[in-house]
Amino acid sequence: MKTLLKNGKVISPIKKVNEILDIYIEDGIIREIGKNLIKENTVVYDLSGKIIAPGFIDMHVHLREPGYEYKETIETGSLAARRGGFTAICCMPNTNPVIDNEDTIRFIQHKSANLLNDVFVIAAVTKSNEGKELAPLLELNNAGAIAFSDDAMPISSAEIQRRVMEYLKMFDGLFIQHCEDQNLTKGGVMNESIVSTSLGFSPMPPIAEEIFVIRGIILSEYLNARYHVAHVSTKGSVEMIREAKRKGIKVTAEATPHHFTLTDEAVRSFDTNTKMNPPLRTEEDVEAIKQGLRDGTIDAIATDHAPHAIHEKDVEYAYAPFGIVGLETAVGLTYSVLVDGGYLSLEEMINKFSTNPRRLLKLPEIRIEVNEKANLTILDVNKEWVVDKYKLNSKSKNTPFHGFKLKCKPYGVINNGMVEIFE
Amino acid sequence: MPLKSRHLLGLENVPEEDINLILDTAVSFKEVLQRPIKKVPTLQGKTIVNLFFESSTRTRVSFELAARRLSADVTSFQASTSSVNKGETLLDTARNIEAMKVDMVVMRHSAVGAPHFLSRMIKSNVINAGDGTHEHPTQALLDMYTIKEKLGRINGLKVCIVGDISHSRVAMSNIYGLKTMGAEVYVCGPATLIPRHIEKLGVKVFHNIDEVIPEVDVLNILRIQLERQSVGLFPSIREYRTYFGINSERLKRAKKDILIMHPGPINRGVELDADVADGNNSVILDQVENGVAIRMAILYLLGAAE
Repeated sequence: MKTLLKNGKVISPIKKVNEILDIYIEDGIIREIGKNLIKENTVVYDLSGKIIAPGFIDMHVHLREPGYEYKETIETGSLAARRGGFTAICCMPNTNPVIDNEDTIRFIQHKSANLLNDVFVIAAVTKSNEGKELAPLLELNNAGAIAFSDDAMPISSAEIQRRVMEYLKMFDGLFIQHCEDQNLTKGGVMNESIVSTSLGFSPMPPIAEEIFVIRGIILSEYLNARYHVAHVSTKGSVEMIREAKRKGIKVTAEATPHHFTLTDEAVRSFDTNTKMNPPLRTEEDVEAIKQGLRDGTIDAIATDHAPHAIHEKDVEYAYAPFGIVGLETAVGLTYSVLVDGGYLSLEEMINKFSTNPRRLLKLPEIRIEVNEKANLTILDVNKEWVVDKYKLNSKSKNTPFHGFKLKCKPYGVINNGMVEIFE
Repeated sequence: MPLKSRHLLGLENVPEEDINLILDTAVSFKEVLQRPIKKVPTLQGKTIVNLFFESSTRTRVSFELAARRLSADVTSFQASTSSVNKGETLLDTARNIEAMKVDMVVMRHSAVGAPHFLSRMIKSNVINAGDGTHEHPTQALLDMYTIKEKLGRINGLKVCIVGDISHSRVAMSNIYGLKTMGAEVYVCGPATLIPRHIEKLGVKVFHNIDEVIPEVDVLNILRIQLERQSVGLFPSIREYRTYFGINSERLKRAKKDILIMHPGPINRGVELDADVADGNNSVILDQVENGVAIRMAILYLLGAAE
């Protein structure tokens, strides 16, 4: 298959390229880059006004398959990812069965083998995510697990967490943690703030996250092991991670678009799509996350895409499950809030979505160069659009961003020898 | 002059003029309640459903009486005898009510925001009769009515709410209503039963009841839920009674016309001693009586306006 991308602006922060160029791709490999390329018998796309970037990866996605196919499947989640501009996603292990065994990894690899987008598996660190016994981490690593996490069920015992981090260190595996002391959040549905007090909601205090962040940092320093904080949501967490990085501790972090866009004031609507874990925080926390992204304290942007069926979310607030879909709004929100907002340059945004998470996950750098694999995300950065939940490709529609006016829309993705251009 | 909203979901955003309208309207309904025939035809032909997803005697009976005395057709539904046990969702319940062409729904539910959810789903007027630990607006309105009836005003009075503020919808609605009406609001209780950030609502926080008693015009004493002790929110009933219980000894230092209020049911001898509950300063049964008048006023203002 031959493809010619004409007049796109190629931005590759690694190579410091920022130039309008034509790219000629044959069988998934970049064969020629230059100006005014002309090719015969080739599909040509005019990308005037569009950006061509190294392919984006979302390192925090719940694909729900196996076990909860009524919420999302590998196929529908992958489609949502591509429409959201991602050429790769990492799926979390809280499926049924839990991804704590080689067979389940093989199942996901098999199901995603022929897709344009890569699906990388994050495996459980303890059996059934129960926080008690270690999962077979060497075996999971050999089967291709890219990172390790009990995500929504954080290990409560510091002793078990220590053993997990020690064991992963044998192969420098990345431990990702959802930071939450669940004793402090028991029964909680939202951030502890004036809003939770006003509404009478059981609170989830920010310190429940921060106590785990500092515990992880201390273990990381003690063991000299890598530690990645998932979806950072509080000012205190950002400050502790910043300080740890300054000391040279091997800690990294990601943040979600909803945590730098919305505050817990949104909960006053009683819209269950404002219910997620970690919960929406205060204006002060939102600002701290933006600053953390700006100064590099937070390495990556990830969505925590968490699909839930309509009947699960259309209930009393306290009974609704935590989580929102995020794959198809992440790029637009990031550009609108952080690039237009003056916090990140476009190059920095590309680093948060591609260069940095790939480095954390030890994936090869994406070089937009001749004889390299074409793994590209194409963005229409000036496109203004309105989020319509009914048009999401994800099987679930649980977004708080319905009706939001955003700037920058994914225009196409190229990977694994396949090309998808939208509209 | 109608109310600003077609539902009564809480007092947080109800303006002063609406609270005054409800309180003033209740005065004339209280007069009806003193007649030998305690019934007016105001809501004839209207259908009201009391949807109680949480057990309640006094609030449900109070709403039922209010509806009947306005000549509305009223039916009550207790969660334990309904399809809720079969796992029906609130959404489906709402759709069923809608299909049955009900004019007004009075709802009590253990989940915060449940009546707000319902009000978005159905065309009927929705009245919140208590949603979880959020609001109980009719209780606060009858409390304010009682204060105004006994002391002649609300503005400028000092009202202290005593007890478990964290889990009290009565406290929250009283705070919102009393602040709107210009009262000074204090809360007093063990630190573990007072929610963080509450001072941002403009209330003063106290942990020593003896410091508060001489200053205030009203003590509104909340029922202490005994199960809070087992989860470690306070050490023992004995310690609670010793440091926060209201008794005649403590009240020796109070203003002589202090009002003793309680939303009921009372744990006699725990948060409130029997002699005080039944004493001269107690207006606890006036609260119950005024509850019917207040609920008539609300049903009338929401139901007759349309």
